[in-house]
Amino acid sequence: MSVVAVTHRLRIEGLRAEVGGRPILNGIDLEVASGEVHAVMGPNGAGKSTLSHVLMGRSGYTVSGGRVLLDGVDLLALPAWERAREGLFLGMQYPIEVPGVSLQDALGEAFAAAGRDRREVTARLEAEADRVGLDRRFLDRPLNVDLSGGERKRNETVQLAVLRPRFAILDEIDSGLDVDALRAVSRRVEAATGETGLGVLAITHYSRLLTELHPDRVHVLAAGRIVASGGPELAEELERTGYAAYAEG
Amino acid sequence: MPVTTAPSRPPSFPDDVEALIAATGATTVVVVSDGAGTFVRAQDPAVRVVLADATSAGDGDGDGATPDAGAAAPRPRDAFSLLNAAFATPLVVEVPAGARPGPVLVVQWCGTEGAATFPLTVWKVGAGAEVDLVEASVSADVAALTVPVSTVEVGQGAVVSYLHVQHLGGRVWQVAQQGSRVQRDATFTSTAVALGGDYARVRTTSTLEGAGGTTRLLAVYFGSESRMVDFRTVQEHRAPRTTSELLFKGAVANRSRAVYSGLIRVEKGASGTNAFQTNRNLVLHEGARADSVPNLEIEDNDVRCSHASAVGPIAEDQRFYLASRGVPPEVGDRLITLGFLDEVLQRMRRPRVADHLRLELVAALESAERWQRAGASGGAVGA
Repeated sequence: MSVVAVTHRLRIEGLRAEVGGRPILNGIDLEVASGEVHAVMGPNGAGKSTLSHVLMGRSGYTVSGGRVLLDGVDLLALPAWERAREGLFLGMQYPIEVPGVSLQDALGEAFAAAGRDRREVTARLEAEADRVGLDRRFLDRPLNVDLSGGERKRNETVQLAVLRPRFAILDEIDSGLDVDALRAVSRRVEAATGETGLGVLAITHYSRLLTELHPDRVHVLAAGRIVASGGPELAEELERTGYAAYAEG
Repeated sequence: MPVTTAPSRPPSFPDDVEALIAATGATTVVVVSDGAGTFVRAQDPAVRVVLADATSAGDGDGDGATPDAGAAAPRPRDAFSLLNAAFATPLVVEVPAGARPGPVLVVQWCGTEGAATFPLTVWKVGAGAEVDLVEASVSADVAALTVPVSTVEVGQGAVVSYLHVQHLGGRVWQVAQQGSRVQRDATFTSTAVALGGDYARVRTTSTLEGAGGTTRLLAVYFGSESRMVDFRTVQEHRAPRTTSELLFKGAVANRSRAVYSGLIRVEKGASGTNAFQTNRNLVLHEGARADSVPNLEIEDNDVRCSHASAVGPIAEDQRFYLASRGVPPEVGDRLITLGFLDEVLQRMRRPRVADHLRLELVAALESAERWQRAGASGGAVGA
C-alpha cells in the first residue's frame, strides 16, 4: 500500500441546479479530501441523481449558482471529458449501452486523451477484472450491452480502478447488486482509497451499501439541501428512523 | 464501346487497393482496367474465367464461348443497364457444381480522366458449390463515370457470399446494378461497402427463385463532404419458404447525403416467406442528410415481413458515458460511429477484410472531421 503524498480536495460550494426551470439543488456545500469516503443519503426526489449528473456535466441540467472546485479548478466551466481528465469519475446508476464500442477501446482513448500510455490499458483491465470478479470476456464486448445489473456495476468499478481518478461519485452503485457483487465492488473502492488516495462521494438511498463501504462522513440530502451531516452513526440512525424527520427539510 | 488503345499492361494500384486485394485472400484475381483491358493475375484451377475482351491477357481459358450474360440481366432495364449492355465487355466467372475454391476477386479500376466504363461481371455458381466472391470498384483521382452491372447465379444448395467494396475517388460517378438469382435451398449473402465516389448508386435486386432459398443483403456506407450514396434494393420472393434479411447501416458526415429505398415483394405462391428489412442511419453533422424509404408489396397471405428504419444523430447519453470516462466528444463520436457500423462488419465472413475496412472507415471519419473543421473555421469547403 502506497503512501498518499498529496491530498486533493473536491469542494462543492453553494451548488444550485434546475431541470426545465424547476429548482432541484438548492445550495449544496460539501468537501471531500483524498482517501475519504462520504455518503450522501436521501429519499427519492431529494436530488441525489441530479447532484451526480451536475457534478459530471451531463446535459439537461442548468447550474444556477455555486462552484465545484477540484484542487481549485472550477469543474463547472469544463466539459465532461475534461472533468474526467482532471480526476473526476462517475459510476453510474444505469451504465449506458454503447453498441459496438469495447471497454478496451474506450479506455484506450481516455488514456490517450490524458497523455497516458494506452498500451497499459489491456494489462490493467485484465488485472482489475480478475480482482473485481468480472469475466475477462466482457473486456472485448460492447460496453454494457447484454450485461446484467451486477455485471454493469462490476464493469464500472473496473473502469474506476483502471482510470485511477482522484474522486469518484458513485450513484446508487449498490442498486441491482447481489451481496457478493456488492462486497466485491465495495472492497475494490475501499482499497482504492488507501492505494491511490481515492476520495469517494457515494450517493445512495439505502444504508445497505454502507455496511460494506464504510463512510467517514454521512450527509443527508433532502429537498436539494444537505440537512444533516455526521459520522457513520447517522446512517444507522436513518436505518432505524427513515427519512421522515428530514422530508420537510 | 471504349477503345482499349493503351498498352496491355495491368495498372499498378495504390497501396490501399493492394492491401484490400491481400486482405481478401483471393486465389483468383481478375483485374478489369479501363483503357488497358482485362488481366488474370491469379487463378484457382477450380474457377473458370471467360474473358470476352479482345485485349485479354493471362491464362483465362478464352474458348471463344459467347458469355451468356443475358440470363441474369437485372431488371428493370433502364438507360444505364441498356448502356452497359451496349458497351460492356463481359467477364464470366464460373464456379462448377460442388466446387469449393478460394475467394474470387474482380477488381474494376478507373484510371483514366474523363473515361466512362461499363463493366459486366457474370458470376455463375453451380449447385452445392461454396465460394466467396468479391468485387472492388476502385479508381485513381480522376473524373469518370462507371456503370457496372453484376449478376450472380446461385445454384441449388450453393452457399455464396458476394462482397462489393466501392472505394472510388471523390470525382467518380457510379451507377451500379447488382442482380442475384437464388435457387432452391441456396444461401446468398451480399455485402455492399460504399466509401467513396461523388455520386454512388447501387441498385440491388435479389430474387429467390427456388423454394427454401435464403438471401441476406448487408451494406455499410459512409458519406462525407458533398458526396451522395444512393441504395435501391428489391427483395423478391417468388418461391415458397424463402427468407430474405436486409441490414443496411450508414453514417453521413459534413454535407453528404444518403438515400435508401427498399422494396420487399412477395409474389402469390411464395407462402412461408420470411422477409426483413432494416435501414439505420447516423447523421453526424447538421448539414448532412439521410432518407430512408422502406416499402412492402405482398400478394400472399402466409408471410412474415417486417421493416424498420431510423435516421438520427449520435445518442447524447452514449456520448456522455464515454465523456465521463475521459473520452473527448470528437473521439467518442468516432468510436460510436464505428461501433454502429461494426454490426455489419462483424457479420462479414473474412475477418481480414473487415479489419481492412475498419481502417478505411477510421481514415474516412478522420478526413470528414478535418473537412468539417476547415469548413467551420471558414476555410476552403468543396462545392
